[in-house]
Amino acid sequence: MAQFYKRLPRFQYLLPKTIEEALSFLKEHKAAARLFAGGTDLIPQLKKREVDIPRCLVDLKGIPGLDSIAYDEEAGLKIGPLATINAIKDCPYVRDHYPSLLQAASSMASPQVRNRGTFAGNICSAVPSADSAPALLALEASVRLLGQKGAREVPMDKFFTGPRKTVLETDEMLLEIRVPRPKPGSRNVYLKLSPRHSMDLAIVGVAVVATCEDGICKDIKIALGAVAPTPIRVPAAERILEGKRITPEIIEEVSQNVAAQCSPIDDHRASLEYRRDMVYILARRALNNVLTK
Amino acid sequence: MEQIKLTVNGKGYELQVRPWASLLEVIRDDLGLTGTKEGCGEGECGACTVIMDGKAVNSCIVLAVEADGRQITTIEGLAEGDKLHPVQEAFLEMGGMQCGFCTPGMILSTKVLLDGNKNPTDEDIRKGLEGNFCRCTGYTKIFESVKAAAQKIRR
Ligand code: FES
Ligand code: FES
Repeated sequence: MAQFYKRLPRFQYLLPKTIEEALSFLKEHKAAARLFAGGTDLIPQLKKREVDIPRCLVDLKGIPGLDSIAYDEEAGLKIGPLATINAIKDCPYVRDHYPSLLQAASSMASPQVRNRGTFAGNICSAVPSADSAPALLALEASVRLLGQKGAREVPMDKFFTGPRKTVLETDEMLLEIRVPRPKPGSRNVYLKLSPRHSMDLAIVGVAVVATCEDGICKDIKIALGAVAPTPIRVPAAERILEGKRITPEIIEEVSQNVAAQCSPIDDHRASLEYRRDMVYILARRALNNVLTK
Repeated sequence: MEQIKLTVNGKGYELQVRPWASLLEVIRDDLGLTGTKEGCGEGECGACTVIMDGKAVNSCIVLAVEADGRQITTIEGLAEGDKLHPVQEAFLEMGGMQCGFCTPGMILSTKVLLDGNKNPTDEDIRKGLEGNFCRCTGYTKIFESVKAAAQKIRR
């Protein structure tokens, strides 16, 4: 009987029970092993033969506790590597303190995918349009990585190295995403443009975190997704606003500066010019949203 | 081969599965439950939607081994004998289908939506079904079916 549907390539399936065991599998198989969390990115890629076929998948879901989401006033938010996108979306701490993360999570894919896919997977896949990335960048998040050489903490703006590339070594795993507590009075937002509201990648994503006191911009972080080889921060634009009185003119200037600093691709999803124009529009909208309301 | 135990539509199974088999393949080929459809095979269309531990998932991108120890509901598990589930009744009455290929997934996503929210707004319905594509109906009748189902469940 003919089979028309897509089949996965063969691989070995490993289900470690502890982090140590998972790391020892990575050490043993090196690049031939792939860590496996929600699988919503990896499984389709394997079905389409878009990536090197790993000898084994190391499924992290046998390790208890990795799906935790914790918040405290000191340390901020800690997201475990198996916390699903929907778990973040439904988390009361996220709703209360990190609207940009909530907006990113709600904008991703579909309920079915959000029930399986993880935030950690979203950033480790390192697609330039990853929705969680601009929000995490603007919130100055960092990731804790653990490998043979021990643990290290990498700030989000040092994590991505290229499209689908990160600083993660083949023997390392992401242990935690840490998002500092938002400064008192600060606000954050993530705006995404995609042709469809669901099941679609961002053409442009803009995240802004800012504090405004008596009409003065005290603190500002701007990050962009889908318009450069990696999600990026735009520090030059941030410097224009830092410490300044907020006026329509300065918001205009900063938005233009943001648009000038991105380097979008020109593809079937959107032209370079359109992406750049929309960076300007979304940046202006996001800045107005957090600074003037 | 990996040994897994899972419950599908209330019935327990112990199965030997290949590590690279999707849950969808096992449901259709090993268990013979062909109500679950394969559209895209890559997590985009929702035709393969099943309910796993109360949550809608795309069974084409879940490995069968990941379903070890889990409770699965497929479209075959909704009716009780000859008595259709209210969501199924609503889709029938409102004509919420044409070719029917997306329907099992639509109905299961609707069930999950209404299990959590008996009074969904239009936006809730749109968000709840955003992972299920229909290439026939233009969604209007599906939308009406979901509203009718909500009404039946509230009664
Ligand atoms: S067949 Fe699974 S989502 Fe399309
Ligand atoms: S009825 Fe044909 S795809 Fe929906």
